[in-house]
Amino acid sequence: MSASSWVLALLQALLYVALAPLLTGWVRKAKARLQNRRGAPVLQPYRELYKLFAKEARMAHTASVLFRAAPYIVFIALWLAASAVPLLTTGLPTAAIADVIVIAGLLALARFFLALAGMDVGTAFGGMGASREMFVSALAEPAMLMAVFTLAMTAHSTNLASVVEYQLLSHNVLRPSYMFALAGLVLVAVAETGRIPVDNPATHLELTMIHEAMILEYSGRHLALMEWAAQLKLLLYGTLLANVFFPWGIAQDTGPVALCLGLAAVSTKLALLGVALALSETVLTKMRLFRVPAFLDLALLLALLGLLSHVILEVGA
Amino acid sequence: MTAALWSAGVAVGLALLSAVLSLFAAWAPRVLRLVAMPLFGLAGLASLAAGVTALIQGGVATGELPMGLPWLPWRIRLDALSGLFLCVIGVVSFAVGLYGPGYVRRFERGRDPVQALGGFAGLFLAGMLLVVLADDAFLFMVAWELMSLSSYFLVAFHHDNAANRRAAFLYLLMAHIGGLAILLGFGVLASFGGGFAFDAMRGAQLPFLWSSVAFVLAFAGFGMKAGLVPLHAWLPEAHPAAPSHISALMSGVMLKVAVYGFIRVLFDLIGQFHWQWGVAVLVIGSVSALMGVLYALMQHDLKRLLAYHSVENIGIIFIGLGLAILFTGSGHAALAAVAFVAALYHCVNHALFKGLLFLGAGAILHSANERDLESMGGLLRRMPWTGLFFLTGCISISALPPFNGFVSEWLTFQAALQAWQLDSGVLRSIVPIAAAMLALTGALAAACFVKVYGVAFLGQARSRHVRHARPVPLSMRTGQGVLAVLCLLLGVLPTTFVGLLNEVPRQVLGQGLSQATAHGWLWLTPVSPETASYGAPLVAFALFAAVGLGLWLFGRGIRRVRRCDAWDCGFAPPTPGMQYTATAFAQPIRRVFSLLFLIDEAVGRQEDGQLRHRLQVSDRAWGILYLPVARAVEKAARQVVRLQSGNVRIYLGWSLATLVVLLWVIA
Repeated sequence: MSASSWVLALLQALLYVALAPLLTGWVRKAKARLQNRRGAPVLQPYRELYKLFAKEARMAHTASVLFRAAPYIVFIALWLAASAVPLLTTGLPTAAIADVIVIAGLLALARFFLALAGMDVGTAFGGMGASREMFVSALAEPAMLMAVFTLAMTAHSTNLASVVEYQLLSHNVLRPSYMFALAGLVLVAVAETGRIPVDNPATHLELTMIHEAMILEYSGRHLALMEWAAQLKLLLYGTLLANVFFPWGIAQDTGPVALCLGLAAVSTKLALLGVALALSETVLTKMRLFRVPAFLDLALLLALLGLLSHVILEVGA
Repeated sequence: MTAALWSAGVAVGLALLSAVLSLFAAWAPRVLRLVAMPLFGLAGLASLAAGVTALIQGGVATGELPMGLPWLPWRIRLDALSGLFLCVIGVVSFAVGLYGPGYVRRFERGRDPVQALGGFAGLFLAGMLLVVLADDAFLFMVAWELMSLSSYFLVAFHHDNAANRRAAFLYLLMAHIGGLAILLGFGVLASFGGGFAFDAMRGAQLPFLWSSVAFVLAFAGFGMKAGLVPLHAWLPEAHPAAPSHISALMSGVMLKVAVYGFIRVLFDLIGQFHWQWGVAVLVIGSVSALMGVLYALMQHDLKRLLAYHSVENIGIIFIGLGLAILFTGSGHAALAAVAFVAALYHCVNHALFKGLLFLGAGAILHSANERDLESMGGLLRRMPWTGLFFLTGCISISALPPFNGFVSEWLTFQAALQAWQLDSGVLRSIVPIAAAMLALTGALAAACFVKVYGVAFLGQARSRHVRHARPVPLSMRTGQGVLAVLCLLLGVLPTTFVGLLNEVPRQVLGQGLSQATAHGWLWLTPVSPETASYGAPLVAFALFAAVGLGLWLFGRGIRRVRRCDAWDCGFAPPTPGMQYTATAFAQPIRRVFSLLFLIDEAVGRQEDGQLRHRLQVSDRAWGILYLPVARAVEKAARQVVRLQSGNVRIYLGWSLATLVVLLWVIA
């Protein structure tokens, strides 16, 4: 692996950070249009981040060191996880550093510190958010792993770049295991990124929030980092779905033309996914917390069916 | 290699010396702190040195002790497998030796006899070392009993508490039922091999039926000691009852000695691998892992919670072993090596982080005299070093990168993901289901340790004595620090340690990992570089460098962060009583998995007119397995009572009848 590919890997990682607010802004805009509102400009999340970074950060008397360090850890862990997911090209060394299991581990690390930060100040809402987040993720994480294991077993590799390349080579054979894995992963992505029907990113209604309850005590740059991390997570799951299941257009080398094509392709796919998300958020309502297990059990069941249909039907054949 | 064997001998000698010198603590309690505990630590260090030498040099060393029976001298043997477990025993004992002097001070003024604490701890360590070194079933069983009996006295150390006496008795009972199964297992092997020496047993050719009998006996005996579900119920009673540094040894090390016994008997002595056994081990392991973590989530006594997590982690180790048996049994030796290394790596990891967490629990007990999570809170500000080390332990046990628990879980997943190479469709689908259970276990473990750390170390103190907790003495901090640093090192440099471990599958399975470091030390590639790679040093470097840079860039305004009251949606300033408790935190999970627990919940009006909420979550294993057995034993005993008429002539008649029958059997 040459030095230039490492530079490209760094650029791709920076692109993740730069694009993350844009996707959130796009989803919000699409949602607003679907609800017959004009909505804020697509670039509004950037302005919000700028505003928060400029503002003073304040902390509760009871907050400890962990409260201050957590935003950095959460942001960096998610960023590292994201930079291992192929965005424009599969020819980068980052995918070899961290395979899908490491990505899942980094997501779990971010969640661990997010939940701890929620409990740090010692308010009732923080603890509630942390408890619910860990509850939801405990059910979502196995489903996510099973879904990606289906892909990994098919491609005989847990390296995401290899998985994508295998997908491209197999010329989109419609495998039942892929359909199940895709369905499972979509449900997991909705739950993990805190979207309706599991959590509502726009709510501040005390008793229904999950993610917002954990970051309730944050302000200023700390809050900016937490918000940015959440946007990064949305982009990560979006890219995972877009590039792994629909790998068309992704560059397999690092030539400039191929990279531009890759950018165009992934932007189109993410824009479509964003509209789909906005649509589902418009037609669905938020579930009660104890309906969520049924939702995630379905995800786990679908993912497991995918894996089983792969090992039973597809390996022997 | 003889040097390594000598070093191991020195370790046993030092442990025994520590035990003998502890007797003087009866007159001068200081002896325990100033002499016995340092000797204990040195014994650990010698054992670690022996183990590391054995792993690096490879090869096998044997020796003979000038003890034992005339026709059966005690033989010892040090190979890579023993060496690895000497390392596990040594490193935790060393940390306990550092930690002990600060911790045992609190017992000096107490009523409990400190000489018993030091004496039995030394014997306990010597017993564990000898189990690992034994080369014949006779010495193995003697050492095993030495280990079990001395730890019984340690569990019963605080015997003025009736619950502890009950726990100790239960422990003794289960240890002996397990010991009996192991003894019978050795009996089967010895009768085919023609002797009690392990060499003879290795050469034995067992038919499938008898080897299965030996397997089941060994699995039951060692599994009982290791705390596999459904035989685990004694473990969360007994381990927390001992003083904390002993709990660290019991959970961190003694369970590993049971795992060692299982590996030695199955992989080395029986030496046959059938996929049916692999499935049995895999299923029991997965169920143990999941049940262990679910029951741990329901606990609010910190030490009990940690003990339940031992059940979980032993389950994860057995998942790895089960995969290894399964793969070997179906002719995939290279994959078996991956699974085997994963299990061994998790053995080391669990010893490190569980030792660390129990030492942390001991530190809280030492400075706040509290075991109940519901009374804790805000300890990070009272004891920052313990808080940091405990956080390391929590991250490690939750299998989060870049710490050590993640590496072994990653390896286990990698082994499970190779299931497509198996020929049978049934096996191909069992393995992914086990992997799903492992994933669920990992996620629940993370939830559990968010609960533990969030409730104990963050937030505000929920009781007065916790609010006034003091930092622990330097010796206790050092003991925890050593283990915390090792947790990080094993997570960041997995290739180095996998390279060390590799000698074990090479000797036991005849095949090591050929590809593990194919792309250099930065990349861990257990199966092949194309299949999977994990650049642990790079991930750790990126994580620490970026977080450090971020804190340096933006954190310069640290002094400028103004403090204010908590926002909490604009309600009145929160009081400690308004925080989420440990029970509340786990409530959603309790509700979803309620079928697996025995929940006794009621709201009732007390005599003083106040409403009280009562919640008791108990282990279903009691009702399903333990109590029926206990009742059956009592019933059988009542039948035997009929013989007891009090008439001497009838007793003599029974004796005579027995004698006649025996003579008839012999003749």
